[in-house]
Amino acid sequence: MTQLKIYDFMGIRKYAVVLSVLLLSLSVWSLSSQGLVLGLDFSGGTQIEVGYEQPADVSELREKLESAGFENPVVVHFGSDTDVLIRLQGEPDEKIAEQIVQVLQSEDQSIDLRRVDFVGPQIGEELREDGGLGMLTALVVVMFYVAIRFQLKFSIGAVLALTHDVIITLGIFSLVRLEFDLTVLAAVLAVVGYSLNDTIVVSDRIRENFRKIRKASPIEVINESLSQTLWRTINTSVTTMLVLLALFFIGGELIHNFAIALMIGVGIGTYSSIYVAATVMLALNVGREDLIEAVEGELVDDLP
Amino acid sequence: MLNKFPLWKNLLILFVVSFGFIYSAPNFYPADAAVQLSGQSGSMIIDESVLAKVESALDEANIEHFSGEADGESALVRITDKNLQLRAKDVIQAEMGGDYIVALNLAPTTPDWLSSLGGTPMKLGLDLSGGVHFLLEVDLDSAVIVRLEGDLQDIKTSLREERVRYRSFDLKGTQIVGQFRDIEQVAKAKSIIRANYRDLQIQSIPGQNPLSMVLNLSEVATSLLEDNALKQNLTSLRNRVNELGVSEPLVSRQGKNRIVVELPGIQDTAEAKRIIGKTANLEFRLESQGKGGERFAFRNPRGQGPDAMLEKKAVITGENVTDARASFDENGRPQVNITLDSKGGWQMGHATRDNIGRRLGVLFIEYKTKLEKSLNEQGEMLIAPVAFVEKHIISLATVQAQLGKQFRITGLDGQRESSELALLLRAGALAAPMYIVEERTIGPSLGADNIDMGVKSVTVGMVLVLLFMVVIYRAFGLAANVALVMNLLLLVAFMSLLGATLTLPGIAGIVLTVGMAVDANVLIFSRIREERKSGATVQSAISAGYDRAFVSILDANITTLIVALILFIIGSGPVQGFAVTLSIGILTSMFTSIVMTRGLVNLVVGGRKIEKLWI
Repeated sequence: MTQLKIYDFMGIRKYAVVLSVLLLSLSVWSLSSQGLVLGLDFSGGTQIEVGYEQPADVSELREKLESAGFENPVVVHFGSDTDVLIRLQGEPDEKIAEQIVQVLQSEDQSIDLRRVDFVGPQIGEELREDGGLGMLTALVVVMFYVAIRFQLKFSIGAVLALTHDVIITLGIFSLVRLEFDLTVLAAVLAVVGYSLNDTIVVSDRIRENFRKIRKASPIEVINESLSQTLWRTINTSVTTMLVLLALFFIGGELIHNFAIALMIGVGIGTYSSIYVAATVMLALNVGREDLIEAVEGELVDDLP
Repeated sequence: MLNKFPLWKNLLILFVVSFGFIYSAPNFYPADAAVQLSGQSGSMIIDESVLAKVESALDEANIEHFSGEADGESALVRITDKNLQLRAKDVIQAEMGGDYIVALNLAPTTPDWLSSLGGTPMKLGLDLSGGVHFLLEVDLDSAVIVRLEGDLQDIKTSLREERVRYRSFDLKGTQIVGQFRDIEQVAKAKSIIRANYRDLQIQSIPGQNPLSMVLNLSEVATSLLEDNALKQNLTSLRNRVNELGVSEPLVSRQGKNRIVVELPGIQDTAEAKRIIGKTANLEFRLESQGKGGERFAFRNPRGQGPDAMLEKKAVITGENVTDARASFDENGRPQVNITLDSKGGWQMGHATRDNIGRRLGVLFIEYKTKLEKSLNEQGEMLIAPVAFVEKHIISLATVQAQLGKQFRITGLDGQRESSELALLLRAGALAAPMYIVEERTIGPSLGADNIDMGVKSVTVGMVLVLLFMVVIYRAFGLAANVALVMNLLLLVAFMSLLGATLTLPGIAGIVLTVGMAVDANVLIFSRIREERKSGATVQSAISAGYDRAFVSILDANITTLIVALILFIIGSGPVQGFAVTLSIGILTSMFTSIVMTRGLVNLVVGGRKIEKLWI
């Protein structure tokens, strides 16, 4: 039987730390300096999607709306060049959708009003608070559970890996100015679930190997565990990615950003389950003694 | 024996599989386009004869239809060609007139044997079916303020009657603040207020000005008031929404002060908004004595039956009514107890003092819309909604004595009449203003597109994963694929049974579950491969693979479940839908990927002498 190849993952952990710190600081910088492009769900305002029969000229439409007295309308193509999304900030009035349709329809093109969304500013604010609160609660509860089920050092590793994934996913959204709406929030929360899944599976193996392999340094144990779970980590990421690609390409414009957020998250999550959690545990001096239950027989066994 | 399931485990798998097939099945029968007919009021009987009229109108217009049904309250006709649904609605509305509500509907085609087992298809969310979503916020503070304004007037009156002198008594926000000149008067005022206004709390903060007094509505009274205000607004909203003729409207409370209204299939937001924002009102008017006045029908808005002349000037309006309850008098006869605010009470007392023996009418004023038929220049039939005001008398009773803040209407026909009158009186009095804080309209074409893209992406994602698993894990991959498909069916079955609504984020959740559900199998199969590599026999490798992987799977899934649970508790709407899908998906995938694949593997491999594993 062939022996499993052991990769020296932890040997290059210094580079991983540099990479993570770089990504994290870039994300934090972008989030703090320019923030997220908040979608209607969070910012409040009015958003209207209309469908034209022929490709529509966005800048012409914008001028038209401005000359009709709408302040700073955002007009963009949505999915195809016949679909247009118009966004207006601020307190809306009752008949805004009808007025806009009237303005746009004055040309001889007939248009199809596909969607009107209006979200009051207070709703957006509540959502932002609830979303943040949800994320924090999830992190705390998970940390608690992992600490009970495994050990505190594992728990710190898992939660730092999670935080790492969430911050970088948000950071990339902020950096490339992708819109952050409710579906993206759901995606980020799913990333929490996914990344956790990955980290727990790896931690589980590390715990098992610490108990099983006696004469090995923590670095060796972790390398072996990571190598053993490597194929599983890759295969699961591939299947999830396949599905996400399907969503990205044919799921439609409304869940485009959802798919992007998850793809980023799954990628980062795969990386962090290999490098972040394990590196943190090593930094905390994780060792056999953290996981061995004090059973008498084992103590005798340890004597030289 | 190694790798053999006991009979009960195999039976359990069989049971779960058939459960999955049966309860996911209703979703695979496409719904029929249908038109539903119901009456403007609950008392109208819609039976076979009405149905026959509807069907003959459709025949005349050459619209093919089938399996019409009527159950006394409503009638439903299915339309063969989906594109004719709208026209069918217009034809029926034109034939039946404004007394009937005609709504577009999608009638499920679930076979009888499935529905008798409790099988129903999943409901489609607005983003998939098209329609309007409103979130209304009820201004509860203003309900409190209205109430306190009333109390303020009363307090001033009673203090004056008791000769307690005060400098000022005003409403500041949601507090009543009084200023006095000397301590003695403060103490007197306090004892009067304590005795007569139990719902008010006298605030006492150390260091506050001893010559001032701050009154708050007590917490119990506030929450009771707010609760009633919301319930009342909910009731009147439901009544209004019913007029819109939507087949499955949703009007429900969200949180402390919000109301969600969802109207699938409605496209005309302006119309929907007008009806939702519509207010009914009440006027109390004395019966006129010959000269002048207006004639109104009694109880029956359509002009048959008795009527009465009322004076043109109203004594009070519905705004002054703070409460109305049906009850019984000393002799067990039905009555309605009405409470007015202090201004209304004063005006009522003033108006009735000199008019004992005359009759007092309650006029119910509704701002409604009806559909009117007209012909345009081309001779085409147009049906357009026209706004109109409807006024009728809901009660006409003789004034027996001078009326005050509280009085009662007796002489009613029965308990039904008294509770209906109480409801109308309450509905007329707006509990608290509402305003729209969120509004979403999804066009029907977008909804159809969303379903289409959702189904397509689930299918493509699924096929890709199935192929990948077979390529990587061969025979075991096939077992995992069976489990994956079963997982999808079970997920759909549970969501249908729980009455969950399928939304776009929900579909995304399903897709994600598909991607992640294979994880357990990947874990198990990797483990089996490892065991084989380290030299274990086929049978023991399978057994050890499943056993060892189980712990990891359990830990990983429990933590994900915790996250889903938190999402559900904290999130709202779409996030909650996503969390439900994710949680159910985790549970079903644990079963299919651990128990079911093991069953399959045991069936094929268990107990046999095999040297090589196709993994």
